Amino acid sequence: MIFARLAAAVLLSLALAASAQATAPPGVDQSAVMGERPPDLLSAYRFFRDPGARQPNAGVTLYDLNTPLYSDGALKFRYLYLPSGTQARYSATDTFDFPVGAVLIKTFAFAEDMRRPEENVRYLETRLLIHRAEGWIALAYVWNAEQTEARLSPIGADIPVSFTDTDGAAAQLEWAVPNRNQCAGCHAREGHNAVLPLGPTARNLNRDVEYPDYAVSGGHATVTVHAGAANQLSTWKMRGMLAGFDTGPDAAPRMANAYDAASGTLEQRARAYLQVNCAHCHNPSGPAHTSGLDLRDGDTVPAEWGVLKRPVAAGRGSADFDFDISPGHPDRSILIYRMESTDPGTMMPELGRTRIDQRAIALMREWIAAMGPDGRAR
Amino acid sequence: MKFVMIALAAFGICTGAAEARTWRVQPGATAQQDLQTALIEARPGDTVRLTRGRFELTTGLSLNVDDVTIRGEGQDKTILSFRGQTRGAEGLLITSDGVEVRDLAVEDARGDAIKARDCHGITFRGVRAEWTGGPSEHNGAYGLYPVNCDNVLIRDSIARGASDAGIYVGQSRNIIVRDSTAEYNVAGIEIENSYNADVFGNTATHNAGGILVFDLPGLPQHGGHSVRVFQNHSVANDTRNFAPPGNTVASVPTGTGILIMANRDVHVFENEIGENGTANIIVTSYRNEISDASYNPLPRDIMIRNNTFGRAGFAPAGEIAALAQAGVPLPDVLWDGATTYFAGGSPHQDIVRIVMKDNRDARGGIGSFLSLGVPVAGSDLSEAQPDPSFPPVVDLPEPPRVEIRN
Repeated sequence: MIFARLAAAVLLSLALAASAQATAPPGVDQSAVMGERPPDLLSAYRFFRDPGARQPNAGVTLYDLNTPLYSDGALKFRYLYLPSGTQARYSATDTFDFPVGAVLIKTFAFAEDMRRPEENVRYLETRLLIHRAEGWIALAYVWNAEQTEARLSPIGADIPVSFTDTDGAAAQLEWAVPNRNQCAGCHAREGHNAVLPLGPTARNLNRDVEYPDYAVSGGHATVTVHAGAANQLSTWKMRGMLAGFDTGPDAAPRMANAYDAASGTLEQRARAYLQVNCAHCHNPSGPAHTSGLDLRDGDTVPAEWGVLKRPVAAGRGSADFDFDISPGHPDRSILIYRMESTDPGTMMPELGRTRIDQRAIALMREWIAAMGPDGRAR
Repeated sequence: MKFVMIALAAFGICTGAAEARTWRVQPGATAQQDLQTALIEARPGDTVRLTRGRFELTTGLSLNVDDVTIRGEGQDKTILSFRGQTRGAEGLLITSDGVEVRDLAVEDARGDAIKARDCHGITFRGVRAEWTGGPSEHNGAYGLYPVNCDNVLIRDSIARGASDAGIYVGQSRNIIVRDSTAEYNVAGIEIENSYNADVFGNTATHNAGGILVFDLPGLPQHGGHSVRVFQNHSVANDTRNFAPPGNTVASVPTGTGILIMANRDVHVFENEIGENGTANIIVTSYRNEISDASYNPLPRDIMIRNNTFGRAGFAPAGEIAALAQAGVPLPDVLWDGATTYFAGGSPHQDIVRIVMKDNRDARGGIGSFLSLGVPVAGSDLSEAQPDPSFPPVVDLPEPPRVEIRN
C-alpha cells in the first residue's frame, strides 16, 4: 500500500520534473565526509540544499525516535546520510550496523515559544557522528546568530538561550555544546575511544514519521518525491537503505514512547525512558558499569535496575535513602532524587541537561508508586 | 607558548609523534578552555604544565589520552578551584591509561575531585584534594577516586573534607597508597572491593574512620582480598560522621581507627593507632541483606600484629555506644563474631580466623580484644554475647608485596 502510493508519487514526480530538474544540485560531498580533517563549516558537507539546513539533500533521510533523549526539551532534527549504494544492516536488538561513510546528523534547536515549535526556531548546534574506516567520530558544529552557517567546535561552547517553555514560563539556560571527551562520555563503550551511535535501534525507530518531500538522484536527473507518513523501517527497506530486515514492522520490536500513556504499560514506558536516558552509561560495559546498576530495557531483573539496590559511590546523590528504587515509595527512591536535581554533583544524567524533565518525573513516580514489593507491576 | 602549541596541533605540522611535547597553561579568563583544549589535543607522552596560581573552573575537566602527565608547581601553588562549578560530576575525570597527576590541588569540586575510571596505570603524586569549608554533607563524595583500575599509585598526597572517602580506591587491582594524609573526611583512606593493595606510611586523622578495607555486594568486582595496612598513623579520628545517611560509610562509627569489613587476607601491622573514641580496630561482617549468593560478607584470615595501640573506646558512637552503655567494656580490637550468613536466601558458614599477635598498648599490655559473639552476620547487636578471650594464634600467610612501575 505504502509502496504503491510512493511508486505513484515517484512516477508522477518523474513525469513532472524530469525536464525541469536537468541541473541537479550537487549531492553530499563524500570527500568532506571521509577526509582526514573535518571541514570547519557544516555547509561543506552539502547535507542540506539550503544554508539554514532545512532541506535535506539526496541521500539524507529524516528520522525520528519513539523515545528521545531528554536534552532540556530542545527540539531535535535527525537525519541519516548513507553514501549512494550502501545500506545499514538491521539488528533486532542493537544499534544498526552502518556502512563506512554513513553520517548521523542531529540538530538541536529551541523555538522562541516551545508551545509553537514550528515557529521562530533557532538552531544551536548540529552534531555529526561519522563512520570512518577506523571507527566513528563525533563532531559538533555551532550555528551563527544569523542562522546561515555552523562552525566546527571541537572543544565545546556555551550558548545562552532564552525561550518560553511548554508550560508558558520564561526560561533561560546556558546550552553546553559538548567537547570531544564529553561526546565520548555517553557514546563510548568498551575501549576508551570507541564512539558509537545510540539512538538508531530497531525498537526506537519502529514508528511512523511524516516524511518531507525528498530528492532522488537517478542518472542525470533528480526528482522530488512526496512520501507522507510511513513506517521508518519499511521506508528504509523500500528505499534500499536497510539490509536484513525481513519481518516487517509489526513483527519487529517497538519501544514505547515514554511520554505517551497510550503507547505502553507504565513499566514499558518507564524502562524505555531509562534505556534512552540512562543505559548508555548504566550497562555492564558502559562508563557507569562500576555502579553495578544496569538500566537497559532488555531481559534484566528488578535488582539490576535498582529495586532495593543500595548506593555504592553515590555520595550525597543518595540523599537520605537506602535504595535506588524503593518499591511503592518514589519519595524514598534515589533514582527520583537524582532526576529531580540540577546540582552537578548529584544530578543524573551527569551531562546534557540543566532543567528537570517533569513529565518523566511524573512517569517514574507513577511507576515506582505502583510497583509491587518485587519491583514488578502489581 | 600555549597558543603556539595549539596552532601547531591545529595545522598538524608539529614534530614527530614520538617527541613528547609540553603544553603550558596559566590561570586567567580563558583557563577553562585552554586547559580542556590541552587535555583533548595532547598526545601520548605529552606533559600539560600548569603554572602557579588559581584556576577558576566552571565545568569538570576530562582526559582521555594515554600516557599524559598533568603537572602543577606544587599542591599549595597550583590550585584548580571548582567553587563556581556548574557542570560535570567531578573536577577531573581520567579515562585513559598511564596518566600521572602531580603537584597540584583540586578544591571544592561539586562531586568527586579526581576520578580515574577503567585505567591501566594511574599515579597521583603530591596531589591535594580538598573541600575548603571543612567537613560538610554538601561536600563531594571522594577526593582521589580510582575505580576499576589496575596499577594505582597514590603517594605524598592529601585529601580533606570528603563526604565519603578522602582517598578511595574501588574495584581495582594492584594498588599502593603511601605517605599520604587523609583528614577531616568521613573515611580517610578506603580500599573497597579491591585486590592486592599496600597501604603504608600514611596519616589518617580527624576523620570519622581512619582507614577502611571494605567489600560490598552487588558490584561487578567483589571478593576483596590481599590488603596490607602497615606503618600508618591512624590517630584521633574524631570528626562526626557527616556522610549522607543512605551511604555505606554513614554506618562507620565516629572514632574508628581501622575498619575491616568482609574481605580476606588483610594484614594490619606496625601501625600506630590511638585516640580513637569508639575502637582502634573494628573487624566486621557486612550487615545488610544479600541477594547475591556468590558474595561472602565475612572477614576472613585477618592478621593484626605488631601494632601500637593508644587510647580507645572513651567516646563510642553509633550502635557501639549502646553496647557501652549496657556495660560492655570496649577493647582495642572489636569483632562482631559472625561466622554464618545468609546470601541469596540460603545459609552459609565459613571459617573466620582473626589473629592478634605481638601488639602493644600504652599501658604496657598487649592490647585488648572483644568478640561481640553475634554468630549470624547482620543480627541485631542486642543479641551480643561478648567474649574477651583472644582468638587462637595461627599462621596466616602474608599477601605479597605490591609492585608498580608506572
